[in-house]
Amino acid sequence: MSVSRGTPLLRVRDLAVEFATPQGTVRAVDGISFDVHENETVGIVGESGCGKTVTGLAILGLIPSPPGRIAAGSIQFAGRELVGLDEEALRAVRGSDISMIFQEPMTALNPVFTVGSQMTDVLKRHKGLTAEQARREAIDMLGKVGIPAAARRIDEYPHQLSGGMRQRVMIAMALSCGPKLLVADEPSTALDVTTQAQVLELINALQDEFGMAVILITHDLGVVAETCRRAIVMYCGKIVEKAPIEPLFDRPRHPYTHGLLDSIPRIRADKLDRLPTIEGRVPDLLHLPSGCRFADRCARATNECRAAEPDLRRDGDAAFACFHPWEGAA
Amino acid sequence: MNAAGTSPMLQVRDLRKYFPVRGGLLRRVVANVRAVDGVSFTLERGRTFGLVGESGCGKSTLGRAIIRLHDPTDGEVVLDGENIANLDRQDLMPYRRRMQMIFQDPYASLSPRRTVAQTIREPLDVHRIGTPAEREEKVKMLLDVVGMSPRALNRYPHEFSGGQRQRVGIARALALNPELIVADEPVSALDVSVQSQILNLIEELQAAHDIAFLFIAHDLAVIQHVSDVIGVMYLGKLVEQASATDLYTDPKHPYTQALLSAVPVPDPKTRRKRIILEGEVPSPMNPPSGCPFHTRCPKVMDKCRQLAPDLERTGSAEPEHLVSCHLYD
Repeated sequence: MSVSRGTPLLRVRDLAVEFATPQGTVRAVDGISFDVHENETVGIVGESGCGKTVTGLAILGLIPSPPGRIAAGSIQFAGRELVGLDEEALRAVRGSDISMIFQEPMTALNPVFTVGSQMTDVLKRHKGLTAEQARREAIDMLGKVGIPAAARRIDEYPHQLSGGMRQRVMIAMALSCGPKLLVADEPSTALDVTTQAQVLELINALQDEFGMAVILITHDLGVVAETCRRAIVMYCGKIVEKAPIEPLFDRPRHPYTHGLLDSIPRIRADKLDRLPTIEGRVPDLLHLPSGCRFADRCARATNECRAAEPDLRRDGDAAFACFHPWEGAA
Repeated sequence: MNAAGTSPMLQVRDLRKYFPVRGGLLRRVVANVRAVDGVSFTLERGRTFGLVGESGCGKSTLGRAIIRLHDPTDGEVVLDGENIANLDRQDLMPYRRRMQMIFQDPYASLSPRRTVAQTIREPLDVHRIGTPAEREEKVKMLLDVVGMSPRALNRYPHEFSGGQRQRVGIARALALNPELIVADEPVSALDVSVQSQILNLIEELQAAHDIAFLFIAHDLAVIQHVSDVIGVMYLGKLVEQASATDLYTDPKHPYTQALLSAVPVPDPKTRRKRIILEGEVPSPMNPPSGCPFHTRCPKVMDKCRQLAPDLERTGSAEPEHLVSCHLYD
């Protein structure tokens, strides 16, 4: 986030995404700004409905329209504006410059085609390879993501693979054209813990090898702590805090971040009698409270918080949106 | 026998649940999926036995076999001295009241056509407990116990968030004052901030009503938080069992060690040496010879490929620390 690091690879400014629902228009993402630099991993963390997935989809130009639309803001990738590009131009960006992987690989893999035909399609379209070259490259890529006997596995259908293997195939497909940015939406959430460890290691290793940036969207603060350099915390469509990982986990400033970190059960020798909780629940996006969206659940909230919405305030490398933040570094 | 000299409330002895796989023209049994393959443990009144393992390890099947949602293939489930594993429907009825279940997915486990009041009252209706007026009263009381307002009574599940639905599921499980609740991944579909509310609720209710819990989860941090004793399952077998503290401070089985090391820790200053397991869990239709974990074990020895280790006591810890591994022979 420091100025000295030059032009960011991805520059998101005041992004707002709306969805039309029968009950009214919902702003799933409401004016968020952040940068992602080359070769870094940034986490976007928050609970269901906070807007983290919609943010990822917006970057890829994958907001289903209707009912959705990018209502405001800008998404610049390597200096080029993506908001407003037509579908054809966006399709060229997806796959070759920016790729996305999803929580459930079966939603991204086509069940009626073999792994190989899906992978070679992408390679032929984006890299102009012949069928034979594409097949060789696909096998090579499957090997890189740790699929044993890739030359045989390439002719299997997605349902013949285990969950971990499918996730590897999806990663192989996403990386096959050497994207500069990978948006990974809960890539390990549906997996068992030992498989999750394999997949996260894999993403890390491939990131080094290919020199790409990663946006890791997750609800799991443990995953963020272990894989990201910086993280963005979202609540109800807004960024409430963003900071490098160490200060974020050591001294979270926003009461929501603080509460989230407190309320996760941790493996420890001294068992807690009671977990600290964040009382209440996330407000409905159709009926947002006035003022700070977290105020109703916040022990530190005052009348000021209910009257006005706090802006994201910068504090060195970090920023937070709160009138009564927790103490920062001494 | 426990310290007080009474027998434990629940004793599971060498329980097995095989699912036959049929094939060929005659639909004969060609193989068995050994989902639960000889599991034994005991659970005291008011305590929590945590069952942890990865998908397909048999933990859910074990929970269901214990409360007889599945009929066990072999072995005993002894509830207060009575083996209920082979009881028929009729004889099982009085025991059913004493055992309830909380499910993972509060979206799927509540009928969308029933109001909250109807859902919670159902077990009381089925078992014909009290007069209709008494049932109404009890439903209101249960709703209050799980922290919901009486306004919820005539609303439908879809009107509620995941956390609220799980509260309804818990209220339903409590309706018959059970002594044992099997909770199968009760918080894994919930957001972090809601998860902690539900975990606290479960612990409060357990303390207030002296309910024993079999708590099944894949999340090791959640399991450690709620459990007194933890069993680690792999391919249908318990590979290690210890108190929650012992298991985390001194894991013995290489599988437990790998599981623990794989959990992402929400503290960026913790950088541990992670044990990454190679390969995948073998099929329970065709489990490996010898130790079920030997195909992936970083410490595998020749012996492990031939001879299955028994679950045996190691050290002198209380409650006892059991491990099934030739490293501790």
